[in-house]
Parts: sequence; C-alpha cells; structure tokens
Amino acid sequence: MMDNMETVISVNGLTKQFGSFTAVDHITLQVGRGEIFGFLGANGAGKTTAMRMLCGLSYPTAGGGTVAGFDIVSQAEEIKRHIGYMSQRFSLYENLTVWENLNLFATIYGMASKDIKSKAEEVFKTLGMENMRNTLVKEIPLGWKQKLAFTAATLHSPDIVFLDEPTGGVDPATRRKFWEMIYRASSQGMTIFVTTHYLDEAEYCSRISIMVDGRIKALDSPARLKEQYCAATMDEVFRIVAKDAKRSD
Amino acid sequence: MSTIFQSLIKKEVLHLVRDFRTVTVVLVMPVVLLLLFGFAISTEVNNVNVAVVVERHTDETRQAIDRLRANPYFTFCGIATHSEVEELLRKGKVDAAVVLRTENGKLTHQIIVDASNTTMAQTSTAYIESVISNSSAGVPVVANTLYNPQLKSAYHFVPGIMGMIFILICAMMTSVSIVSEKETGTMNLLLVSPVRPRTIILGKLVPYFLLSCIILTLVLALSYTVLGLPFSASVVNVVWVTILYIVLALSLGLLISTIASTQVAALLVSGVMFMIPVVLLSGMIFPVENMPLPLQWLSCIIPARWYISAMRVLMIQQLPVGYVLTEVSVLLGMTLAVLALAIKKFNAKK
Amino acid sequence: MNDIIEIQGITKRYSKLTALSQVTLSVPQGSVFGLIGPDGAGKTTLYQILTTLLNPDEGTATVAGLDVVKDFRRLRTVIGYMPEKFSLYPDLTVSENLQFFASLFGVGVNENFDLIAPIFGQLEKFPGRMAGALSGGMKQKLALSCALIHRPSVLLLDEPTTGVDAVSRSEFWDMLAQLKEKGITILVSTSYMDEAERCDRIALINKGKILDVDTPQELIKGLDKNLYNASASDMYPLLEALRRLPGVDDCYTFGATLHVATRDGFNPAEAILDLRRQGLADARIYPAKGNIEDLFIKLAKNDG
Repeated sequence: MMDNMETVISVNGLTKQFGSFTAVDHITLQVGRGEIFGFLGANGAGKTTAMRMLCGLSYPTAGGGTVAGFDIVSQAEEIKRHIGYMSQRFSLYENLTVWENLNLFATIYGMASKDIKSKAEEVFKTLGMENMRNTLVKEIPLGWKQKLAFTAATLHSPDIVFLDEPTGGVDPATRRKFWEMIYRASSQGMTIFVTTHYLDEAEYCSRISIMVDGRIKALDSPARLKEQYCAATMDEVFRIVAKDAKRSD
Repeated sequence: MSTIFQSLIKKEVLHLVRDFRTVTVVLVMPVVLLLLFGFAISTEVNNVNVAVVVERHTDETRQAIDRLRANPYFTFCGIATHSEVEELLRKGKVDAAVVLRTENGKLTHQIIVDASNTTMAQTSTAYIESVISNSSAGVPVVANTLYNPQLKSAYHFVPGIMGMIFILICAMMTSVSIVSEKETGTMNLLLVSPVRPRTIILGKLVPYFLLSCIILTLVLALSYTVLGLPFSASVVNVVWVTILYIVLALSLGLLISTIASTQVAALLVSGVMFMIPVVLLSGMIFPVENMPLPLQWLSCIIPARWYISAMRVLMIQQLPVGYVLTEVSVLLGMTLAVLALAIKKFNAKK
Repeated sequence: MNDIIEIQGITKRYSKLTALSQVTLSVPQGSVFGLIGPDGAGKTTLYQILTTLLNPDEGTATVAGLDVVKDFRRLRTVIGYMPEKFSLYPDLTVSENLQFFASLFGVGVNENFDLIAPIFGQLEKFPGRMAGALSGGMKQKLALSCALIHRPSVLLLDEPTTGVDAVSRSEFWDMLAQLKEKGITILVSTSYMDEAERCDRIALINKGKILDVDTPQELIKGLDKNLYNASASDMYPLLEALRRLPGVDDCYTFGATLHVATRDGFNPAEAILDLRRQGLADARIYPAKGNIEDLFIKLAKNDG
C-alpha cells in the first residue's frame, strides 16, 4: 500500500480460535482505497475464517481492527452496510429475473427503492444488459451471470467488495472479462478483496498476501514478491511459500 | 456374488450402527407410540365423577347408588340436591349427575351430563344408563361387546400404529438412504461397478427389512404383554401379513428414491404423501365407513387402510386368514406393482 | 500405439440443451489424456457416457474394445471412475471405504495394494478415521485409491483438482505420472488450463464441441506468431487503448502483462509510439510465448 493512500481495511493481530485449534493466528494487514488485494492461501489456511471476520460475520478471539471505518467487533452491523460480498460464482437466485435479483440484493444492502431503479438502469446501460432485464437468471449465459453477480454485490456502491473465488471453473475468456470489471471498479475507487486458486489472477492484484497455517507468510506487490523469492511467476512464489503448509482443509 | 452382497449389507449395517440417534429414534418411537395410545390417550371413560340426586330414598335407589359406587369406572361424589347440581357441573366437580325419582313405586331416572367433551358425555351416559337400568323394571338391554369386551382403546390403536410405523420407517429410511448416496455421488460409483442393479437394490432393502423385523418383534411383544392383547395361534398370520406390508413399504421407499433427487425431497414425499393419508384416511383414527364416498374411494389406494383392516381381523378378532383374503390380495397386488415400477425406474438410464 | 478409448460422433441432448455435439476422440493406450474446458463444456456428460451411466443419443464409444451400450457390464470392470465430487462414504472409515470398493469388484485390498501404495501411504497412518473427517487433499487420495483398487486399465477422472490449491494440484499430477508408468491410461478433465502441460495429449472442449486435439506442444505451435506482451503501470487504460489500435485482434490480461493477438503487419514499435502519445509513458510491447490458455481464447472466440 502506498503511504499516501486512505486505509479502508486495517486489522491488527486478528486471531480466531475454535477450541484448541487456531484457525487464524495473529494476522495484521492494511488495505488502501482502490486497491485490488489478493488474499491467497493453501486449502485450510484460514482464508474463509479471516474473511468472515472482516465482513463482520464472526467475532475475533483476539485482536481487532476496522473495515470501512467501522470496528469489526462493536460495529459489525455497520460494516455489513458498507461492503459487498460475492461468493463462488452464483450467488444469484436462478428463478428470479435479472432485475428482480438486482432489486433484491440492493434492498438487502439497504438502498432506497428509487435509487435502485435509477442505478440499475445506469448499470444495465453500461453493461449492455437492457434487453435482459426480464430474463430469468438461469437462462442467461455464464459470463453475464458473473457480471450480474458482481453488479448485485456492488450496486449500493460499497467501499469494499469481498470476492470469494469468483472465477472457479470459468472459461479463460469469461474469467478475463470478469477481471476487467474488477479493474474498472477499482479505478473508480472501490477496494477489491479477492481470493482465488488461479495464480495468474494473482498477478493482476495490486498486492498479495499468502496465508499458510493461519498466518500471513508473505505480503507485498506481485512484482516485489517475485523479486524476493527469485521467481518468474506468482505460481512459483506460491509454491515456495506454501510448500511447508502442515494443514489442509 | 455373495461376497459383494455381504459387503453391501455390512456397509449398510455400519451406516445404521453409526447413525445411533436415528436408530434409537426408530426403535423407541414405536414403543412410545404404543404406550401413548395404549394408556395415556384413551377413549375409554374412567373416573367419571357422579353425583346423585334422590327425591325419596327407597331400597331401589339405595341399590342403584351401591351399583354406581361399586363400578370401577365411576367415582361416587355423594348425594346432592337439585339446586346444587348445576353449580357442581359448572365448577367441574362432577361430570354427571343422576336424578332418581320414584313415581308410583317405579324408579325413573334422569341423567344430566357435562357434554363439553362429547366422547366422554356419550360414553358415560351409556355406562350410567346400563348401570342404573340394570335391574330396574322395563326391558333390560343386554349389550354383548365381542372381541374387545372391555372396549379397550389399545385394541383399536395397535393395528393403526403398526400401519403407520412400518410405512414411516421403511419408506422414509430406505428412500433417504438411497437418495443420500445419490447426493454424495457414491450411487454412481455403485452403478459403474460390475454389481448388478438388483444386487444394489437388495443390498439396500434387506438391512431395512431386518430392522423392521426387529421392530415388529418389539411391537408384538409389547402388544401381547403390556397392552394385554389376546395371544393365540393367529399371531403367525399377523406376522406374515405384516411382512408383506413391510415389503410393500420398502418398495414404496425405493420408488420414492427414484423420483426424489435430494434427501429433503425424499423426506417430504414420504412424509406428506404417505404419513398424512395413512393417519387420516386409513381408518386408523377416523372410521373409513364414516367418510364421504370420494374419500372412501381414495382410501382404497392407501396400503395402510387394507393392512389395518386385516390386522383388526387377525389381531383383535383372531379370525382365520380366510376372512382377510381381500385385504391380503390387495396388498400383494400393490407390492408387485410398486416393486416392478420401482425396479424399472431404478434401472432406467437417462 | 493402440487407442484404448474411441469416441465416434457422440451427441447427447437434454431437452433443449445440447450437452455434447458430434464429439469424436481417441485416447492412445498408456497416455495421460486431458479433457480441457470450462464448467458446462460437457466434460461430465462425456464421463457419464464412458462410464455407462448415460446412453448417448447418437454415436458410439468403446473403452478397451468394449461398447459403452452393448458391453456395459464387462466395460465396468476395466474402468476406474472418480466423479467430480470425491464420492466416499463419510461415515465409514478409511479402510472400510477401501475394503468396500474392493469387494464391489470382487478383489481383496491386498491383491492390488502395490498399485495404490504410493497414494495410500499417508492414509495408512489412520485407517480408523472416518472419511468425512479427512482433509480435502486426503479425501482426494482416498477416492483415487478406491477408484484404483481393482486395477482398472483405464482411469476416468472428472475434475479431480477443482477447488484444490496449487501445491496439492501439482502433487496430484505427480501421482498420475506414476500411475501412467504402471501402464494405466488416464483420461482426466480439468478447467485449469495450466494443467494441460502435464498431459501427453489434450482435447479442448467448449459448449459441447471439441475445438482441437493434439499434444500440448503441437497445439501451441505457431501461436507465438503475432502474439505480444504489453505492460504499463496503468494496466486498465492500456487495455482499452490497445483494443482501439489498428491491427489488434484481441487483447486480454495475462498474468502480470497483457497479451495482444495481432494480425499480420502489426508493428510493435509504431504501436508503442501511439500508446505513448496517448499518455501511457511507460508502455512496452514485446513478443510473447503463447500457451494453451491463449489458444483456448482464440478457438472459443472463432467458435462464437
């Protein structure tokens, strides 16, 4: 993160224990406005648990911090209004139309209905989805579904959007179109917090953290990480950092 | 082949043994239901509180009171006056009052009863009637209740509960266990192996059949001991007709599993499609004869209706099998039809 | 080399949707053959046909000379199948699962243990643990052991590495290489294009159609021609600017850089000047090495 950046996520010593098992072990990180932050880790490293704490869905056992300016312990409900969340690919209702889905999610995130209407029209226009408005989600192609899922998570203009493996199993062209959307959102000042198993996607991020056994083992920009580990690609970096992982999910 | 079959059975037994809670529920439920219906929930009339209003004491009135006092179904609450009766009934101190009059040397009586519970009111009126008029002049009515002389409600419910339990356990458990294998994908692995589909089906049905037999033993043991159903050689018929019914229920479970693709769907189908009609339309609670005609026709396709009616004949009346030929042949026909359909659907490739 | 799997003109429809359309493939004996394509491409349907769970609407397929429709019963003894989800009994222990699957094929666990020993090795430490309590990687190993216990000649693996992290994926491919050494033919599907390099031959599949089949090396041959890397500190404006340049067919993100597919006559030097004029001062364009992913994007685009 560049020094002059406004911080939107700042956590210190965040820890989560389930009985004797420490799922997340003292993680500390800062994410700036407009950053694309890649949150990587081996299976079972504790990514999901950490993400749940950042989203205000789970309380930390120790440590704390702020997300979008709100305390993750005492203001969890406020956090939920200022973030967007997209899990896997299809966090959409297949039997509702495009518009019904958008309306539903925007309402859940607390948008006023007249704002939803105008914002949705605007988005339909930019995405070229005007004639799909009343189509059932299950009938639209995969690429559109992804765009729609992302739009549903961001229509209320959140400060941060959390993307949990948004591109698993998606074809390369669609995957790239999705990343272009992420770029666009980031260039407009939205912070993107994303997990992925595709390490080429890690290269697109402004900064990367790699979690191993509950701890953050590496945290820097892809270029500097590659330099540090004398690796040509992020794939190699990941292999070096994660090879000693004891845990798997 | 026998070893494959054995290991299929072994696997299923392991599933059951490790799913301790479900098996406990399945074994405890019939016992609880039987005891509940046999003792707690009862349409018999016991402990009816009766007060008596006597205008003029005679030998006859005294005898009548003695009979009431001696009868185990009544609790004699003493002599009351005319004016007290309404108060006593309203406060619930007594359930019924008998007014005894002697006119022209003849004893007549009036029964005042709290009819807020109609079953109780009707039955107790009839009881009091028979107790009082027993020796009073006039035409004595001799009611001779056959097969269930004490009108015990357990007799009435045991066949009903059996009809419900076996449908519930066999159909629900079989369908859920098959569908759960579909959900985890292991069913595909079984189908892709050289094992024949009929072996897979048998491997599923046999363990649940054995479990049902254990439950049957439990139910019969309870019925003949604790609930005191009359024991006779007809128990053999009860057993084999029940086994036929179990096979039918297992086939229904198999059929459900070919339709449902999730465990929830399987539970809903076996619960809603089978349980509710079994309870409402089989004659378990409401006599089929009292239903409107369309419902009576509908009840014909419900296996439990035939089974329960056969069980009443075999268990309570203890008549020979000849009296339930219709029921047994309907059950047999249903079993063959359902089994054939289920196997056909199970084997069908998409 | 003989072809152990032969697929001729297979078509499979589900009401409106055509899951597979005229698929023709042959898999040489003893090879690791990759079926590469995104979700919904029809990979699983093809597996279900090869494993005799589904019948094709049109076309024929044979595995080890056995027809998937006519000889399905015998065919089932020569294949080992691992479906998309690791299908195991979660309430049976590790060894009970293995014994059960062995018994389905009428073999004992010890008969073919040598085959699975390298895979099963780590699991041997806790034979009494319930399969449901295993970690993802361990489940994957147990499922593979169960699919191999009857020593099949063809192993059919449907997306064995989906949702698995990069390190575990790489270990899994090492195991497949060992199995290949033992003469087992492996047909493996994946949506990770980078795994293509680990296969002897691959088929690219999209929307139910085979786009191309060959060795990974042969497929990407000639792809480098007219393919360039582009980079700048502001990637998104660069992407948009490149798409407007003449001679550019396609431009997409590729790791840390952008890949630019161009037509004959594209001049990188001119393009750089053009970009710099547009304010992208540190824009660079240099030749790129194409891989399967580039090919897939190109073929899928041509296919519409």
